[in-house]
This record gives sequence, C-alpha cells and structure tokens, in this order.
Amino acid sequence: MNKEKIEIKSLNIWFGKKHVITDVNMKIKPNAVTAVMGPSGCGKTTLIKAINRLNELIKISRTTGKIFIDKENVYGKEIDIFELRRQVGMVFQKPNPFPKSIYENVAFGPKLHKVANGKELDEIVEKSLKGAALWDEVKDRINDDAFSLSGGQQQRLCIARALAVEPNIILMDEPCSALDPAATAEIETLIRELRQRYTVIVVTHNLQQAARISDFTAFMYVGKLVEYGDTKSLFEKPENELVEQYITGKFG
Amino acid sequence: MDCKTLLEKILKLAKNRQAKRRDIWRKIKGDIILVLCLTGIIITLASLAAILFDALQEGLPWLDIQFLTSFASRRPEQAGIFVAFFGSIWVVALTAFISFPLGVGAALYLEEYAPQNHLTSFIRLNISNLAGVPSIVYGILGLALFVDALSFGRSVLSGALTLSLLILPVIIIVSQEAIRSVPRADREGAYALGATRWQVTRDIVVPQAFPGMLTGAILALSRAIGEAAPMIAIAALVYIPFTPSGPLDRFTVLPIQIFNWVNQPQSEFRGLAAAGILVLLAVLLSINSLAIFIRNRYQKRGR
Repeated sequence: MNKEKIEIKSLNIWFGKKHVITDVNMKIKPNAVTAVMGPSGCGKTTLIKAINRLNELIKISRTTGKIFIDKENVYGKEIDIFELRRQVGMVFQKPNPFPKSIYENVAFGPKLHKVANGKELDEIVEKSLKGAALWDEVKDRINDDAFSLSGGQQQRLCIARALAVEPNIILMDEPCSALDPAATAEIETLIRELRQRYTVIVVTHNLQQAARISDFTAFMYVGKLVEYGDTKSLFEKPENELVEQYITGKFG
Repeated sequence: MDCKTLLEKILKLAKNRQAKRRDIWRKIKGDIILVLCLTGIIITLASLAAILFDALQEGLPWLDIQFLTSFASRRPEQAGIFVAFFGSIWVVALTAFISFPLGVGAALYLEEYAPQNHLTSFIRLNISNLAGVPSIVYGILGLALFVDALSFGRSVLSGALTLSLLILPVIIIVSQEAIRSVPRADREGAYALGATRWQVTRDIVVPQAFPGMLTGAILALSRAIGEAAPMIAIAALVYIPFTPSGPLDRFTVLPIQIFNWVNQPQSEFRGLAAAGILVLLAVLLSINSLAIFIRNRYQKRGR
C-alpha cells in the first residue's frame, strides 16, 4: 500500500490572530485507521475539520496550504464544498442526533442529496444502520425519537447517519469521550470494522485507545505535527522526546 | 486534660459560635428576600384581581347575547360590541398574516445569513430600540404613511399594517432568540453531511425554532389586540354601522369602542365599557392559552 488517500501539504490555519495549525504535512493511507493524538487544545480537531472544510463555519478562520483527496485539491477553486462533505463523513465528540426519529436521522443525508426515496431509501437506512452495528437494536422501533436511545446508541446512530451518504473517508472527533466504557468498547470495535471499507481518521487524547484501534498515529503539539508513523513503532520507540514523555505519562 | 487540649476546645467552641451567628444572619437575609418576592407577587395579583373584580361587578349585568350581537348605539340598553369584536378579529388576523412571515424572515436573515459587521450590529441595536418606541408614534406614522401617502384610507389594511410595524420588532427579537437556541452541534452535523445553508435553515433551524417563534408571535399579537392609541389614530373615533367585509373597509376595534364608552357622560356606558373590557380580556386569555398550548405541545423534547 504505497498510494495515499489524503495528502496534506503545508497546512496553516489561523483563528483570528491565533495560529492554530502550523505547517502540517501528512500523508494518510486508505483503508486504515489513523489516530490523531495530543494534549487538549493542540489543534487535533481543527486539523481534521480542515479536511471537510468545516472550519469555514467559524467566520474568523483562515486556511492556507493544500489538502489532496485522491489527487484533487480540496481547497481548489473548482471544488464543490457540499459534494466534498458528502464524501467526507464526520462524527462529533458529543452524539448529536437531530431531534427527529431514528429513521429520519439516517435518511437525512440521502434526502438532502436526493439520491433515493421510498423503498430505496428504506434500504439505505437499513444498510447504514447495519454498517454502524445498530440495526438489530432498533429495527423494531425505527420511528422512535432518536433521543430515546442510549448515549452509545446515539453515537452509533450518528455514525450510521454519516455512512448513509456513502462517504469514503470518515472523520471522528473524540467519538468516545462522552461515553461510558461499555459503549466505548462497542464504538472501538465498530471503528476496526469500518477500516475495511473506509479511510478512518480518529481524534483522541486517550493513549490506550489510539494504541488499540489505530494503524497509524500522528502526534500533535501546539499546532505542529511532531511525529507520525505506524502505531506500533510510535508507541514502542518514539523518536521525539515530547512523544515519549506524553506516552509515559510525564505530561498531558 | 492538659492545657493544650483545653485551649483547643475553647477555640473550637468560639469558632462554632461564630459560624452559628453567620448562619443565622444568612437565614435572615434569605427570609428578607423571600418576603420581598412574595410582596411583589401579591401586589401584582391583587391589582389584577381588583381590575377583574371591578370589571366583573360593573360589566356582568350588561354582558348578554344582545350585547354581543348588537351594533353600537346612543341608547345604552341597545348598544353592543358586535362591530368592534369583528373589527378586532379582522385586524389581528391580517396583522398576523403580515407580521409573522416578515418577522421570521428578518430574524432568519439576521441570525443565519447576515455577515457579522458593524452594519448588522447597528440594525440589531435599532430593532431593540424600535421595540421601545411608544405605540402612538406608530399610529401617527401609520396615519401619514398608509392612510394618506399610500391612500389605503382608514381601512382594516392600514390598521393591520400599523400594528404589524408595532409588533415586528418583538417578533424579530423573539424569533432570533428561538433561532439562537438551536444547538450549534445540530447545524454542524447537517453541514458535515453536505447540507447547504438553506437546507440547514429549512430542515434543522426552522423546525426546532418554530414553536418559540410562534409563541412569541402570538404573545405579540395579544399585545396588538389591546392597543388603543395607534388604532384611534388610524380608525378614528367614529360610529361604524357595519362589520368589515374586506381589508379596505372601515373598521373599529374593541379598545376604541371601550374608550368611546368610557368617554360618554351617562353612567350606563361605564357598565358597557366594563362589559367590553370583559370581552377583550376573554379574547386575550384565549390567545394566551393558545400560545401556551402550542409551546407545551412542541417543546416535549429536551436534552
């Protein structure tokens, strides 16, 4: 596997005068889980939100540099930002199902892009819920309110919602930080499964989690990419002193 | 018991007493606030009860089918509220029709679309200022603009447009609040799925903000229905012997009719005015209960 799915080239991001991401270069492999790790406030979330250009919702943000997905520059002039976000799904820190039924949550994306309706839409909903390992638990109450689900189920519903528009990259921003250990384990198993079909990027500040679920790990510190490599070697013998200190619990 | 432990005991006792005194003072402060709050509630409720009692005492004898179905008259025993009642319904319905879409549209623009710059914050500030302008000023503006300049005359339309201007700031402010209460996470989630700004507004923001907007608009309308000053400027204090059959007809409303009766020299008319107040209060109460009903019905979901 030598080709890369995503290539980030000299990415810089400012929020107002604050330089949040400094000159990040990174190549991300397809069909793998890449973990982005680092202490709070180091720019992990901002980095992944640059990939689906969600930072632009913050009016004071400014981005320079390039991000290529399958060789196409996401920040190019001819890019359709809404099509980009369809291809790059995202799951957030706190489960954020819409105040609608379970079915309507999953059907929301396909309806936006008018890709299906009627029976076809039912099939997409079922497939996505199965993909997020939620189908068996909700198939008998698909029209119930999404808030009737538990926290872990809500997060899997959000994953199903992202899968429903058939993305090929899935960004996850600390998807387990609001969940209990049991629900965390479920989501982690799911992330391992998703790897077979999607390129997954997971932000986490949980070391064990990064070690458990990821193939590659990137370590960030104050907006800079400090070290990046396959998870095993990064954890066993980190090259950078900061990373070693973080891993051994000296700071963080 | 040696000297040291004795000293420690004494110190402890002293500290306890101090703490107790502090606790008592804290309790007294709490009680004072409680009494003040209770006084506030009692004064409010008592004045409301006094008004109601007075209106009931004077108005009830006059409140019958004949009163509800008759036109205004110089003879108190024949006078009724029919024309004013339907005039009010006409004006308020038309006002709702004009002000709600305009107000919600303005709020959506300001919250979701407008850039954050000095111009928009200037506009925002002035909307709040407009909400504080006395209603008679709107009446005079309506008289000059709608009645004369646009020559809609002293019609239902002019009245409704004037009241719309009067309550628009309130509707905009309430709708802005409702829009702001839609969680950021929901918008982000929709944007992340590839939704356009309009799709986010239509599918996420409006459905969640709608109950709040509607409640605010209904409460604003209940204020509009009780307005006398701007309506007197628009409709004038004249005898109208018919109910309006279109937006360009002349009209009168409940507050004008009540004001008119209060001004009559014969004492019977005071009873009529009180009966009119009862009708107006009934209309207001039903509108407010509608608002509460809508709010309870749609605000079942919390997180």
